[in-house]
Amino acid sequence: MEKPFIEVTDLTRRYPAAKGGEPLTVFEHANFSIEKGEFVCIIGHSGCGKSTIMNILAGLDAPTEGGIIMGGKEISGPSLDRGVVFQNYSLLPWLSALKNVMFGVRARHPDWSRDQVVAHSEQYLEMVGLTGGAEHRKPAQLSGGMRQRVSIARAFAIQPQLLLLDEPFGALDALTRGTIQDELIRIWSATEQTVFMITHDVDEAILLSDRILLMTNGPFARVAESVVVDIARPRQRAEIIHDPAYYKIRNHLVEFLARRSKELSGSHGREASGGPPLTVRPGLKDPDDKEREPSWPKLVSAVG
Amino acid sequence: MTIVVPERAKALLLSLLLLIAFLGAWELAVPSAEKAAQQSEYEMLTGGGAPQAHVPPPSQVIGKAVKELSNPFYDNGPNDKGIGIQLAYSLYRVLTGYFLAALIAIPIGFLIGMSPLFYKALDPFIQVLRPISPLAWMPLALFVIKDSQASAIFVIFICSIWPMLINTAFGVANVRKDWINVAKTHELGSLRTAFQVILPAAAPTILTGMRISIGIAWLVIVAAEMLVGGTGIGYYVWNEWNNLDLTSVIFSIIMIGLVGMLLDAAFAFVQRSVQFQE
Repeated sequence: MEKPFIEVTDLTRRYPAAKGGEPLTVFEHANFSIEKGEFVCIIGHSGCGKSTIMNILAGLDAPTEGGIIMGGKEISGPSLDRGVVFQNYSLLPWLSALKNVMFGVRARHPDWSRDQVVAHSEQYLEMVGLTGGAEHRKPAQLSGGMRQRVSIARAFAIQPQLLLLDEPFGALDALTRGTIQDELIRIWSATEQTVFMITHDVDEAILLSDRILLMTNGPFARVAESVVVDIARPRQRAEIIHDPAYYKIRNHLVEFLARRSKELSGSHGREASGGPPLTVRPGLKDPDDKEREPSWPKLVSAVG
Repeated sequence: MTIVVPERAKALLLSLLLLIAFLGAWELAVPSAEKAAQQSEYEMLTGGGAPQAHVPPPSQVIGKAVKELSNPFYDNGPNDKGIGIQLAYSLYRVLTGYFLAALIAIPIGFLIGMSPLFYKALDPFIQVLRPISPLAWMPLALFVIKDSQASAIFVIFICSIWPMLINTAFGVANVRKDWINVAKTHELGSLRTAFQVILPAAAPTILTGMRISIGIAWLVIVAAEMLVGGTGIGYYVWNEWNNLDLTSVIFSIIMIGLVGMLLDAAFAFVQRSVQFQE
C-alpha cells in the first residue's frame, strides 16, 4: 500500500508539571494521515490542542511522543515546505502588502532577481484581489479581510507542499469570511494545494474540506473521528445547503461537538492507545436507516 | 463670516505673546544704564557710584547674539573664538562619544535582548554602572587616557550608552512572537532574522533610547567641558563667567538650548521614519 503524503503517528504533547502538579497532557496518541491535494479541517473545542498540532506540523513546537512523516521525511523544525497562515495574519507591519509577500517569495527563491520576485508576488496578490494601489499600503491601512488576503497570498506564493491555516477567518465578520472562503476554494482548486486547517465553524469546514477530523475535549484529547464530506465539488455556498448530505454531515458534527466530544474526553489510561480515528461518512445515502446513526455505541471499542 | 484660525497658528501666536511679555518684563526689571550713569560729581570722583553689576537686559543679549552670529567662526586665539567654533567642538565630542556608544550599546542590547542568560549575567553590572554620574568617571578617565579631549569624549560615551543599551534590549526582547514565527516558518537564518525582522520591529524602541541618550549627552557635555577646559560651549560659558560677561553667558545658555532642540528634532525625525502602526 502506498504511504500517505503526511502520516501523523502517536502524536502526544505534554507540558511539564507545574510545581507539585502532574504534567499536563494536552492530547495523546493522535493518529491521522493526509493525502496529497487533500483539504482537511480539524475541529474541536478550545483547549483540545488543535493549535498545538498545527504548531507541531509547522515545526514551531515539538511533540513529546510520536512524530510526523511528510513526503517520506520526518518533520523537525520549520520549513518553507510548510506555509502557515496565522489567525492574527502575522504580517510584518512595517512592510507594505506587496513587500510582505515579497518577503516570503525572497525567502523561497533567494536566487531570483528583484523583478522576478515582484512579478511573482504581484501575481499572487492579484489572485486574492489586492490590486490597484492597495498592495502598496501597510497592513494597518488595510481591513481585516484585506490583511488575511495578504497573508493567504504570502502563504500560497511560496508554493509549500502543505499549507497550514490556523483559524484564518476567526477574526473576520461573517460577510467578509464568506467572500474569502470562496476565494480560498477557487485558489485551492486551481493549485491542488494540500491544506490542513483549524476552524471553529462547522459550515466553513463542510464547505471547504474533503475530510474533517474531530477532536475530543482536552486534556487527554484525541482525534476521535474522521468525517468524510461526501459532497461533490465544485461547491457553492448557496447550493450545498440544499444537498441532502449537507445537513446529515452538519448534524453529525454538531452532535459530536455538543455531546460526544465531552463524553469521549478525559479517557486517560484506557485502551486509547493509537489506531487511526474512526472514519464516518454521514453524507452517504443509506437506504436502511434514515437517521443513519454511525456506529456510535461501537465507537469506544473501535477506537481501542 | 468667521475666519477659522488653525490650532497651530493660535499656539504660535500665544508663544510669541508670552515671549514678548517675558522679554518686556525682563527689560523693565533691569535698571537702565542711563539711570546708573546719572551720578553726582562726587560719586564719580570717589568711585563709590560704580554701577552695580546687573543682569543685562534682553536688548543687550539680542545685540550680542546678532554680533556673534554674524561672524560665528572667527578665531582670535585660545580665549576668543566664535560661538560657531565652540559649538562645533562640543558637537564633535558629543557625536563621537555618542556614536561610539551606539556601536557598543546596540549590539550588546541585541545580545541581552535575545538571550535571557546574557541578560541575567549582565544585568547586575548595568544596574551598578548606570546610576553613576558621568562626571564621576572624569578623574579616572583623565588618569587612564591622559588626554582631556578624549576624556570628555569618554564621559559622553559612558553617559549615552545606558539608555541605548536598555532600550535596545527591551525592544528586542519584546518583539512579537508571531513575527519571530514568521521568520522561522520562512527558514530565515539568525542573521537575517535579526536584520529583517527583529531590527525593524525593535527600531522604534531603539530610537527612543537613542533620543534619550543624545539629550543626556548634550546635557553632560557642558559640564564636562567646564572641567576639561580649552574649547567647547561648556568652556565658553565658564570662561565668560570668569570674564564677568553675563551677556555672553546668557547668549550661550540660549544657544545650548537651541542646539539641544535641533538634536532632539533630528532624532525625532528619524524615529518617525522607523515608526510603524500595528
